[in-house]
Amino acid sequence: MSAIRILLATIHRDLLIHCRRPADILNPLMFFLMVVALFPLGIGAAPAVLTEIAAGVIWVAVLLSTLLSIDVMFRGDFDDGSIEQIVLGRHPLILVIFGKSIAQWLVSGLPMTIMSPVFGLMFHLNAGGILALVIALLLATPVMILLGSIGAALTLGLKNGGVLTAIVILPLYIPLLILGTSLVDNAIAGLEYTGQLLWLGALLAISTGFAPLAAVAGLKIAVKC
Amino acid sequence: METGGRELPEVKTAARWFHKLGSPKFFFEISGRLLPWLWALTAILLATGVVWALGFVPEDYQQGHSVRIMYIHVPAAILAQSGYVMMAAAGLVYLIWRIKLADMALQCAAPVGATLTFLALVTGSIWGKPTWGTWWEWDARLTSTLVLLFLYTGVMALRSAMEGRGAAAGRAAALLAVVGVINLPIIRYSVDWWHTLHQPSSFSLISKPAMPMEMWLPLLVMVPGFYLFFCSTWINRIRTEILHREYRTDWVRELIRSNDV
Amino acid sequence: MLQAENLTCERNRQVLFQELSFTCGPGETLAINGANGAGKTTLLRILAGLYEDYEGDVDWQLEEYPMYVGHKSGVKDLLTPYENLSWAAELYNCDITREELEEALQAVALRGNEDVNCGALSQGQRKRVCLARLFLLDNPVWILDEPFSAIDTKGVEILEARMLQHIDAGGLVIMASHQPVSFACSQIINLGSS
Repeated sequence: MSAIRILLATIHRDLLIHCRRPADILNPLMFFLMVVALFPLGIGAAPAVLTEIAAGVIWVAVLLSTLLSIDVMFRGDFDDGSIEQIVLGRHPLILVIFGKSIAQWLVSGLPMTIMSPVFGLMFHLNAGGILALVIALLLATPVMILLGSIGAALTLGLKNGGVLTAIVILPLYIPLLILGTSLVDNAIAGLEYTGQLLWLGALLAISTGFAPLAAVAGLKIAVKC
Repeated sequence: METGGRELPEVKTAARWFHKLGSPKFFFEISGRLLPWLWALTAILLATGVVWALGFVPEDYQQGHSVRIMYIHVPAAILAQSGYVMMAAAGLVYLIWRIKLADMALQCAAPVGATLTFLALVTGSIWGKPTWGTWWEWDARLTSTLVLLFLYTGVMALRSAMEGRGAAAGRAAALLAVVGVINLPIIRYSVDWWHTLHQPSSFSLISKPAMPMEMWLPLLVMVPGFYLFFCSTWINRIRTEILHREYRTDWVRELIRSNDV
Repeated sequence: MLQAENLTCERNRQVLFQELSFTCGPGETLAINGANGAGKTTLLRILAGLYEDYEGDVDWQLEEYPMYVGHKSGVKDLLTPYENLSWAAELYNCDITREELEEALQAVALRGNEDVNCGALSQGQRKRVCLARLFLLDNPVWILDEPFSAIDTKGVEILEARMLQHIDAGGLVIMASHQPVSFACSQIINLGSS
């Protein structure tokens, strides 16, 4: 199957590039760590307070670091002309973009999800809360990447693209933030959170279907105009 | 390779008709004749509505005179949303049919819509002071209006950042507007839900039980008034934009010469 | 092979070309000349399908996608020439062996550098990787924008020889170059001369 083959080839290529320049990937992760660590310093380290703000703080930090890392998703390929070659290639652009999104998630969404239990412990979350945090991030980080890829495509070729990507994409992240934090809060309080989980799943399904289409359109605008 | 030469003949005729409708010159002429009537109607409706709302509507037994802010706040909030949808519709038309007029329509709708969104926020805040005793309440409606303002800002920021890159600016803004309008219901729903989650007791501005008829009627005048105001301003701006973009064409030069501008 | 009809393009309120029509077939070389800013790159991008803001029709009468060598190399600095070329082959859905790949690198005198990151190569060597891609993925249509920039005399010779070979085999070359080529082009379009 040539579709699966190009998908895998894209993931392989992007991972290779990320591994050879790890700073682009590690810096947003360091940023994530630092932002989360700033809150106890600013608010005070009373366990009750920390538990209350944990979900919100971690989610906002994940959103912001995703935005930082998403900015480089197409930029390198755009600057050196690789995007032109990809557009001219025989495969539907959407497959390549989908592959790039998966690679991006593997180096940004997944590590942050893996790091999150540590923060859960630092913010005195109970076991149920930490588990819910990981599950919710596992569902939500791909959505963040997919939506972010639209912004990254739209702001290609602009000098101050980073801030603009944030302005353009952050409003679209609001439902994720609301659902995710309420899911974690419910879990901490020992309440049911299946509803939020299903909603996050639905958002993941919707954005898997539509976001790459929009990213393709955005990329074509950036290249062909 | 994409080709433009293989369309069926009837498709081409339809496209040509569409293009005539979307031709800036045609629009300029038609709208020029329509606009005075639109403005007149807008003025009549708004004047009637304002006088009625300020002078004749009885005081609310709870909120007193401050309830009159509603006659600006509610239409502005409605228009803020409809304006975004209209803007996104223009964007969709531009993305699909590449009609320049749709691009101008999008560009001109954004600031008007954003201003009305801002107006809705300010009036909401002013209304909040006597009602809730605070200038800002994280009410579901106010919050989603705030998010709407962010969405407008995104479209305008993207558009202005890409100025000078030809058609890319318009198309990128159009795409973002369309993506935004798909997300709008999800955002609204989640904000509503968030609100019931965090502040179940607070009081919503709009879902008031059974507003008496004499309070409703002026609102029914104000809302279409605001719609007309939006459309008139919009058309006005589009006309200016047409002159700006088409200044090299013969018909615009002729127009300028005959008007001694 | 290619039929372009009534191409009109304006950029920043300036007309680059108007009502431009031409056709070219197999075995032809189309040279596009013009001063800086005359619209050579834009025309090439239109023909390659990389620019959409124009009026008129571009009709490629075959199912082949043109190969395009532009100002941006399309070569990733963080990948080796070998990886770059296999990625390109993947994009064009070509199955190529390691031997063919090495042969292509040999042809542009890059043998021995196949496992060095392209970022460590010189500007001219990177251009050669770009040309190796062109030679490797056998495609009837080549669209070349300043193909001779950054490469040395030896490189120019190699490229010219390959271009002649490509034309003889029934290929089509469309190019814009400030550097004159040693062979005669079958068609020349002068932009900005009207």
